[in-house]
Amino acid sequence: MSPPLLGVEEEVQSSVSSPSVECISENGIGLKERNYLGLSDCSSVDSSGVSSNLNLKATELRLGLPGSQSPERETELCLLNLGKLDEKPLFPLLPSKDGICSSSQKNVVTGNKRGFSDTMDGFSEVKGYVYTEKSWMFHEAGSDSESPQSVGHGKYPGNSGVNVILSTRSPGVKASVKQDEPANVLQEQPRATNGTSLKQTVISNNNTGAPAAKAQVVGWPPIRPFRTKTLAASSKNNDEVDGKPGPGALFVKVSMDGAPYLRKVDLRTYSTYQELSSALEKMFSCFTLGQCGSNGTAGKETLSESRLKDLLHGSEYVVTYKDKDGDWMLVGDVPWEMFIETCKRLKIMKSSDAIGLGNYLVSRSLPKNVIKSIITFVIHHFIDKCVISFCFCFFMLIFCLTI
Amino acid sequence: MNYFPDEVLEHVFDFITSHKDRNSVSLVCKSWYKIERYSRQRVFIGNCYSISPERLIARFPGLKSLTLKGKPHFADFNLVPHDWGGFVYPWIKALAKSRIGLEELRLKRMVVSDESLELLSKSFVNFKSLVLVSCEGFTTDGLAAIAANCRGEVNLGALERLVSRSPNLKSLRLNRAVPLDTLQKLLMRAPQLVDLGIGSYVHDPFSEVYNKLKIAIQRCKSIRSLSGFLEVAPHCMSAIYPICGNLTFLNLSYAPGLHGNKLMKLIQHCRKLQRLWILDCIGDKGLGVVALTCKELQELRVFPSDPFGAGNAAVTEEGLVLVSAGCPKLNSLLYFCQQMTNAALITVAKNCPNFIRFRLCILDPIKPDPVTNQPLDEGFGAIVQSCKGLKRLSLSGLLTDQVFLYIGMYAEQLEMLSIAFAADSDKGMLYVLNGCKKLRKLEIRDCPFGDAALLEDVGKYETMRSLWMSSCEVTLGGCKSVAEKMPSLNVEIIDECEQMEFNLDDKQKVDKMYLYRTLVGHRKDAPEYVSIL
Repeated sequence: MSPPLLGVEEEVQSSVSSPSVECISENGIGLKERNYLGLSDCSSVDSSGVSSNLNLKATELRLGLPGSQSPERETELCLLNLGKLDEKPLFPLLPSKDGICSSSQKNVVTGNKRGFSDTMDGFSEVKGYVYTEKSWMFHEAGSDSESPQSVGHGKYPGNSGVNVILSTRSPGVKASVKQDEPANVLQEQPRATNGTSLKQTVISNNNTGAPAAKAQVVGWPPIRPFRTKTLAASSKNNDEVDGKPGPGALFVKVSMDGAPYLRKVDLRTYSTYQELSSALEKMFSCFTLGQCGSNGTAGKETLSESRLKDLLHGSEYVVTYKDKDGDWMLVGDVPWEMFIETCKRLKIMKSSDAIGLGNYLVSRSLPKNVIKSIITFVIHHFIDKCVISFCFCFFMLIFCLTI
Repeated sequence: MNYFPDEVLEHVFDFITSHKDRNSVSLVCKSWYKIERYSRQRVFIGNCYSISPERLIARFPGLKSLTLKGKPHFADFNLVPHDWGGFVYPWIKALAKSRIGLEELRLKRMVVSDESLELLSKSFVNFKSLVLVSCEGFTTDGLAAIAANCRGEVNLGALERLVSRSPNLKSLRLNRAVPLDTLQKLLMRAPQLVDLGIGSYVHDPFSEVYNKLKIAIQRCKSIRSLSGFLEVAPHCMSAIYPICGNLTFLNLSYAPGLHGNKLMKLIQHCRKLQRLWILDCIGDKGLGVVALTCKELQELRVFPSDPFGAGNAAVTEEGLVLVSAGCPKLNSLLYFCQQMTNAALITVAKNCPNFIRFRLCILDPIKPDPVTNQPLDEGFGAIVQSCKGLKRLSLSGLLTDQVFLYIGMYAEQLEMLSIAFAADSDKGMLYVLNGCKKLRKLEIRDCPFGDAALLEDVGKYETMRSLWMSSCEVTLGGCKSVAEKMPSLNVEIIDECEQMEFNLDDKQKVDKMYLYRTLVGHRKDAPEYVSIL
């Protein structure tokens, strides 16, 4: 017997699943037919007569200018709907005039009646979260609660325990009828949960828009914990360079001789040396020319920039970087991707300094790693083929001297 | 009614494979019911608590393949405690006892203990396939019991020998621990592979191993699906190019090390791609490349590489618009992004009217359209209106009741709807319940829906598989009402903080409610914090 095929998938290839056994029972029970849509002909809403009044306009696919027409459309919808609703019991709830209009027209950016913003404010008290590879733990609140801090078994270890923290309820939802902009929604009395000290701290009322700390809500964003864990592990392994882990950003310090302070650049935002060098130019132009914020005209500024370019590309400045081994190398020799992976720090130095680094082999022309490899090559062959290597050495020296 | 002998009808029924059709067939008349049930081999059970194993076996004695789903969908996001339920052991026990000739078992969100796996491996002579999706509860010991040839630790040598002995091996997925030379040897032995997952792909492009690997990969002409790359050296991806042209499924959603130009180059080779799972570090630009290259694309999933980050997400609505413009066959989407606009959604709806699954997740769940500051009602409204075949929809962003009005009106084929942090009042839920006739699963969290919405039409829940409501406005009294009126539903209150014990006030808001239809009444394996009303 062949061994059974073992497939442990993380995601299923979703095909729409259809009801099976239950289907029989459902029909067996004998549901009475319900007119869920409440229209005379229940078929497609596209059928003419019925839907003609019914906000065709509102659902017309048109791209208006941002912000334009929306209020009107909603007004139309209000009125149309009202008319419609009087005729047929479309939806059992007959909302009041005010109800509909205000709910559609109110300024939506108030952030009111959102459990989420309430939740976020609750968390602004909490010190954000500490994401460990194993679990999410809210330091402030989680430890002494009685919620099951369950540890996953098998393949999914250390899953959460954050079921403690729950969104505070948003009251005043039914206050959609309220005409005034509820700039603020009062926090509901926090439900008594055993030992969750968090709830007691949730009295903050500042739910106007963006949450203070980007605190975590249970189950949001809806990603499987397995995925976040794997990503975290992968990012750690992939990243060997200075800068934040993962593909997010790769910041390295950039110093320039004579500049009063350093800068930082994100190497991942560039894809070629050219881009990097123009960015550096822009960053350090004011230092080079000794005039920041001068009231020069545009012409003067472009002149300065091009002058800087000449300075950088010409003989006055060189861009160097410190690699993983701690050696200072000239920028531009290796492919860009390799450069990103090994660069730890950037430095813009005067060519004169570069030359005067004690070793004139570290000049503009011959980068250090080439020298290294030549010397290794020479030594390697020295043992086997003395004469040839001597000659080679000799010629190399001549070559260097003449440059 | 029957002019044909049963055997003939059975033969005809063999050609009917879809579950829905089979169900319809069994309703025609008693004899067809009988014939159908004896000939049915594959059964799908969407909620393991809706029926008991005994009844299943009684009806389908010829069962060969069983699919079971346990926990509700939101269990994936830590909203359901681990020991809530969904144990597969009773099923295996019952199947073993009645000597069903089980050959395949597919489980999703179930708790699978080592004992169950052991019992499984011993009880079914012809057992061929076990598929576990999002399951938990087992260890490698349990798995070892199943894969009878691999007892104890699997070392690399054993793995190689196993692969050599398996000329029919179609799918091979390796984790990080498998070194490159082993990978190369495995590929040499299994050029017939269809599905390959590479765990670690870091090496020196000038090494001997790399060259050998290149050759091995070139021989694998059947590979249609590629995944993994948990660790990757981007400048070595050129070895993969030869097989890219045949790929139909590419899963790079665990490969944060691959991005930028290298990623785009890789994608440019994948002209036949139908399904792409990727991280958002591909960026809008990268999605543009996808749009230009992958004209056969049907399914796209863009996962966040930094879900809790402070807004560094690399994809916005632009990427989605580009893909929709370039890939007209797109029918399934899962898209995590930082922002979305109504205009973009309207454009996407126009470009791709064939969506079956549309799941949009804006990382800040109540974010409005950043351009107009309006809610995203119009955008989603356009989607449901244009995509007449839409079966699954997940909403996010700032949304009012309006979007639910649209959904109720237009989403006629909708079967599953996920709502979070949306709506203004009960009306939203009512629009949906009244309008979507084919709705099967509704899951809601953090919305202001209360008892009025819940109790409006309790009969509707019998037509659905399940309803999940958490952090809404429903009260204990409301849930009790539903349970009273509908004995064929199980209404479960999940109360981890055990506050309900001390306070049985009907006016108390319920934190998590999960109700589902069932033929077998209350389940007996619920943990303490779950009360079934």
